[in-house]
Amino acid sequence: MSWRAQGMRTWLLQRLSAIYMLLYGIGFAIYVFNYDVVDFASWQALFVPPVANIATLIFFFSILYHAWVGVRDILIDYVKWSPLRFVLWTLVTALLIALGIWVTMILYSVVTV
Amino acid sequence: MITKQKRPKFLNLLRIHLPVTGVNSFAHRVSGALLFLSVPLLIYSFSLSVRDAASFEQLLALFVTPLFKVISTLLAWAAGHHLLAGIRFLLTELDIGTSLTSAKKASWFINIAGVVVFLYVGYCIWL
Repeated sequence: MSWRAQGMRTWLLQRLSAIYMLLYGIGFAIYVFNYDVVDFASWQALFVPPVANIATLIFFFSILYHAWVGVRDILIDYVKWSPLRFVLWTLVTALLIALGIWVTMILYSVVTV
Repeated sequence: MITKQKRPKFLNLLRIHLPVTGVNSFAHRVSGALLFLSVPLLIYSFSLSVRDAASFEQLLALFVTPLFKVISTLLAWAAGHHLLAGIRFLLTELDIGTSLTSAKKASWFINIAGVVVFLYVGYCIWL
Protein backbone atom coordinates (compact mmCIF):
# COMPACT_ATOMS: atom_id res chain seq x y z
CA MET A 1 0.00 0.00 0.00
CA SER A 2 1.09 3.51 -0.56
CA TRP A 3 -0.34 7.03 -0.24
CA ARG A 4 1.33 7.15 3.18
CA ALA A 5 -1.51 5.27 4.84
CA GLN A 6 0.82 3.18 6.93
CA GLY A 7 2.58 2.97 10.24
CA MET A 8 2.03 4.35 13.68
CA ARG A 9 0.66 7.72 12.62
CA THR A 10 -2.13 6.15 10.58
CA TRP A 11 -2.94 3.69 13.35
CA LEU A 12 -3.17 6.51 15.88
CA LEU A 13 -5.19 8.83 13.63
CA GLN A 14 -7.69 6.07 12.96
CA ARG A 15 -8.29 5.79 16.69
CA LEU A 16 -8.31 9.53 17.30
CA SER A 17 -10.85 10.02 14.49
CA ALA A 18 -13.01 7.32 16.11
CA ILE A 19 -12.89 9.05 19.47
CA TYR A 20 -13.65 12.41 17.85
CA MET A 21 -16.71 10.97 16.08
CA LEU A 22 -17.98 9.58 19.37
CA LEU A 23 -17.48 12.89 21.21
CA TYR A 24 -19.03 14.85 18.34
CA GLY A 25 -22.01 12.49 18.33
CA ILE A 26 -22.62 13.03 22.05
CA GLY A 27 -22.03 16.78 21.77
CA PHE A 28 -24.29 17.11 18.75
CA ALA A 29 -27.10 15.17 20.43
CA ILE A 30 -26.94 17.53 23.43
CA TYR A 31 -26.77 20.55 21.07
CA VAL A 32 -29.85 19.41 19.11
CA PHE A 33 -31.84 18.71 22.28
CA ASN A 34 -31.15 22.22 23.55
CA TYR A 35 -32.64 23.82 20.45
CA ASP A 36 -36.10 23.38 19.10
CA VAL A 37 -35.40 21.78 15.73
CA VAL A 38 -38.77 21.70 13.99
CA ASP A 39 -38.14 22.74 10.39
CA PHE A 40 -35.54 23.61 7.78
CA ALA A 41 -34.63 27.03 9.21
CA SER A 42 -34.05 25.74 12.75
CA TRP A 43 -32.04 22.76 11.44
CA GLN A 44 -29.85 24.84 9.16
CA ALA A 45 -29.28 27.41 11.93
CA LEU A 46 -27.52 24.68 13.95
CA PHE A 47 -24.58 24.76 11.52
CA VAL A 48 -24.16 28.52 11.29
CA PRO A 49 -22.13 29.24 14.48
CA PRO A 50 -18.41 28.91 13.57
CA VAL A 51 -17.68 26.37 16.32
CA ALA A 52 -20.54 24.09 15.22
CA ASN A 53 -19.65 24.56 11.56
CA ILE A 54 -16.00 23.66 12.01
CA ALA A 55 -16.72 20.86 14.50
CA THR A 56 -19.06 19.34 11.89
CA LEU A 57 -16.45 19.74 9.18
CA ILE A 58 -13.89 17.92 11.35
CA PHE A 59 -16.53 15.24 12.02
CA PHE A 60 -17.01 14.58 8.31
CA PHE A 61 -13.26 14.55 7.74
CA SER A 62 -12.90 12.08 10.61
CA ILE A 63 -15.40 9.81 8.87
CA LEU A 64 -13.50 10.08 5.59
CA TYR A 65 -10.10 9.43 7.16
CA HIS A 66 -11.40 6.58 9.31
CA ALA A 67 -13.07 4.99 6.28
CA TRP A 68 -9.87 5.43 4.27
CA VAL A 69 -7.83 3.41 6.76
CA GLY A 70 -10.61 0.84 7.21
CA VAL A 71 -10.85 0.23 3.48
CA ARG A 72 -7.07 -0.11 3.35
CA ASP A 73 -7.26 -2.89 5.95
CA ILE A 74 -9.95 -4.71 3.97
CA LEU A 75 -8.06 -4.38 0.68
CA ILE A 76 -4.83 -5.67 2.23
CA ASP A 77 -6.63 -8.76 3.51
CA TYR A 78 -8.71 -9.70 0.49
CA VAL A 79 -7.08 -8.28 -2.64
CA LYS A 80 -3.86 -10.24 -2.97
CA TRP A 81 -2.89 -9.03 -6.44
CA SER A 82 -1.07 -5.79 -5.76
CA PRO A 83 -1.73 -3.95 -9.08
CA LEU A 84 -5.49 -4.38 -8.58
CA ARG A 85 -5.15 -3.40 -4.93
CA PHE A 86 -3.32 -0.25 -5.93
CA VAL A 87 -5.98 0.69 -8.50
CA LEU A 88 -8.81 0.12 -6.01
CA TRP A 89 -6.95 2.03 -3.33
CA THR A 90 -6.41 4.93 -5.72
CA LEU A 91 -10.11 4.99 -6.66
CA VAL A 92 -11.15 4.94 -3.00
CA THR A 93 -8.69 7.72 -2.20
CA ALA A 94 -9.99 9.85 -5.09
CA LEU A 95 -13.60 9.22 -4.03
CA LEU A 96 -12.91 10.22 -0.44
CA ILE A 97 -11.04 13.38 -1.49
CA ALA A 98 -13.97 14.34 -3.74
CA LEU A 99 -16.39 13.76 -0.85
CA GLY A 100 -14.18 15.89 1.38
CA ILE A 101 -14.28 18.77 -1.10
CA TRP A 102 -18.05 18.36 -1.47
CA VAL A 103 -18.76 18.45 2.25
CA THR A 104 -16.45 21.45 2.68
CA MET A 105 -18.45 23.30 0.02
CA ILE A 106 -21.73 22.34 1.73
CA LEU A 107 -20.64 23.61 5.12
CA TYR A 108 -19.11 26.74 3.59
CA SER A 109 -22.36 27.48 1.77
CA VAL A 110 -24.28 27.31 5.06
CA VAL A 111 -22.35 30.26 6.50
CA THR A 112 -22.24 32.34 3.31
CA VAL A 113 -25.93 32.15 2.32
CA MET B 1 13.27 -31.99 13.17
CA ILE B 2 10.37 -29.94 11.95
CA THR B 3 7.47 -31.92 10.62
CA LYS B 4 4.92 -30.15 8.55
CA GLN B 5 1.56 -31.12 9.79
CA LYS B 6 -1.22 -31.12 7.29
CA ARG B 7 -3.91 -28.88 8.61
CA PRO B 8 -7.47 -29.30 7.51
CA LYS B 9 -8.38 -26.56 5.06
CA PHE B 10 -12.04 -26.24 4.26
CA LEU B 11 -14.28 -23.30 3.70
CA ASN B 12 -17.58 -24.96 4.44
CA LEU B 13 -19.28 -22.24 6.40
CA LEU B 14 -21.37 -24.80 8.28
CA ARG B 15 -18.25 -26.58 9.51
CA ILE B 16 -16.19 -23.54 10.42
CA HIS B 17 -17.03 -22.66 13.96
CA LEU B 18 -16.05 -19.04 14.41
CA PRO B 19 -15.84 -18.14 18.11
CA VAL B 20 -18.12 -15.37 19.35
CA THR B 21 -15.20 -12.96 19.52
CA GLY B 22 -14.49 -13.77 15.87
CA VAL B 23 -18.10 -13.05 14.93
CA ASN B 24 -17.80 -9.77 16.82
CA SER B 25 -14.65 -8.83 14.97
CA PHE B 26 -15.86 -9.90 11.53
CA ALA B 27 -19.17 -8.08 11.99
CA HIS B 28 -17.15 -4.97 12.85
CA ARG B 29 -15.52 -5.29 9.45
CA VAL B 30 -18.76 -5.95 7.58
CA SER B 31 -20.49 -3.04 9.32
CA GLY B 32 -17.49 -0.82 8.55
CA ALA B 33 -17.72 -1.71 4.86
CA LEU B 34 -21.45 -0.89 4.88
CA LEU B 35 -20.78 2.42 6.60
CA PHE B 36 -18.10 3.25 4.04
CA LEU B 37 -20.57 2.60 1.22
CA SER B 38 -23.12 4.86 2.91
CA VAL B 39 -20.84 7.90 3.20
CA PRO B 40 -21.84 9.42 -0.18
CA LEU B 41 -25.50 8.96 0.76
CA LEU B 42 -24.89 10.57 4.14
CA ILE B 43 -23.22 13.61 2.59
CA TYR B 44 -25.89 13.85 -0.10
CA SER B 45 -28.60 13.78 2.58
CA PHE B 46 -26.75 16.40 4.58
CA SER B 47 -26.46 18.65 1.53
CA LEU B 48 -30.22 18.42 0.89
CA SER B 49 -30.98 19.09 4.56
CA VAL B 50 -29.12 22.42 4.72
CA ARG B 51 -29.60 23.77 1.17
CA ASP B 52 -33.10 25.26 1.26
CA ALA B 53 -36.60 24.54 2.51
CA ALA B 54 -37.64 22.73 -0.67
CA SER B 55 -34.63 20.36 -0.55
CA PHE B 56 -35.30 19.76 3.12
CA GLU B 57 -38.86 18.67 2.32
CA GLN B 58 -37.53 16.57 -0.55
CA LEU B 59 -35.22 14.78 1.87
CA LEU B 60 -38.04 14.13 4.33
CA ALA B 61 -40.07 12.65 1.48
CA LEU B 62 -37.08 10.49 0.51
CA PHE B 63 -36.74 9.17 4.06
CA VAL B 64 -40.18 7.55 3.98
CA THR B 65 -39.56 5.60 0.75
CA PRO B 66 -39.15 1.83 1.31
CA LEU B 67 -35.62 1.76 -0.15
CA PHE B 68 -34.43 4.48 2.22
CA LYS B 69 -36.11 2.72 5.12
CA VAL B 70 -34.32 -0.54 4.34
CA ILE B 71 -30.99 1.28 4.06
CA SER B 72 -31.55 3.21 7.31
CA THR B 73 -32.46 0.06 9.21
CA LEU B 74 -29.34 -1.75 7.97
CA LEU B 75 -27.19 1.27 8.76
CA ALA B 76 -28.64 1.41 12.27
CA TRP B 77 -27.24 -2.07 12.88
CA ALA B 78 -23.95 -1.18 11.18
CA ALA B 79 -23.47 2.01 13.19
CA GLY B 80 -24.53 0.41 16.48
CA HIS B 81 -22.34 -2.65 16.12
CA HIS B 82 -19.38 -0.75 14.70
CA LEU B 83 -19.47 1.78 17.53
CA LEU B 84 -19.73 -0.77 20.34
CA ALA B 85 -17.21 -3.23 18.90
CA GLY B 86 -14.89 -0.31 18.15
CA ILE B 87 -15.02 0.75 21.80
CA ARG B 88 -14.25 -2.85 22.79
CA PHE B 89 -11.17 -2.92 20.54
CA LEU B 90 -9.94 0.39 21.92
CA LEU B 91 -10.31 -0.96 25.47
CA THR B 92 -8.54 -4.16 24.41
CA GLU B 93 -5.62 -2.06 23.24
CA LEU B 94 -5.51 -0.52 26.70
CA ASP B 95 -5.39 -4.06 28.14
CA ILE B 96 -8.93 -3.81 29.46
CA GLY B 97 -11.15 -6.86 29.07
CA THR B 98 -8.52 -9.05 27.47
CA SER B 99 -9.17 -12.22 29.44
CA LEU B 100 -11.00 -14.89 27.47
CA THR B 101 -14.10 -14.85 29.65
CA SER B 102 -14.55 -11.07 29.59
CA ALA B 103 -13.78 -10.88 25.86
CA LYS B 104 -16.44 -13.53 25.23
CA LYS B 105 -18.97 -11.83 27.48
CA ALA B 106 -18.40 -8.43 25.87
CA SER B 107 -18.62 -9.97 22.39
CA TRP B 108 -21.91 -11.67 23.16
CA PHE B 109 -23.26 -8.45 24.61
CA ILE B 110 -22.20 -6.35 21.62
CA ASN B 111 -23.39 -8.84 19.00
CA ILE B 112 -26.80 -8.96 20.64
CA ALA B 113 -26.90 -5.20 21.28
CA GLY B 114 -26.31 -4.60 17.56
CA VAL B 115 -29.31 -6.77 16.73
CA VAL B 116 -31.39 -5.02 19.41
CA VAL B 117 -30.53 -1.63 17.86
CA PHE B 118 -31.47 -3.07 14.46
CA LEU B 119 -34.83 -4.31 15.73
CA TYR B 120 -35.60 -1.16 17.69
CA VAL B 121 -34.79 1.22 14.82
CA GLY B 122 -36.64 -1.10 12.45
CA TYR B 123 -39.64 -0.99 14.76
CA CYS B 124 -39.51 2.83 14.92
CA ILE B 125 -39.09 3.23 11.17
CA TRP B 126 -41.53 0.62 9.90
CA LEU B 127 -44.29 0.54 12.50
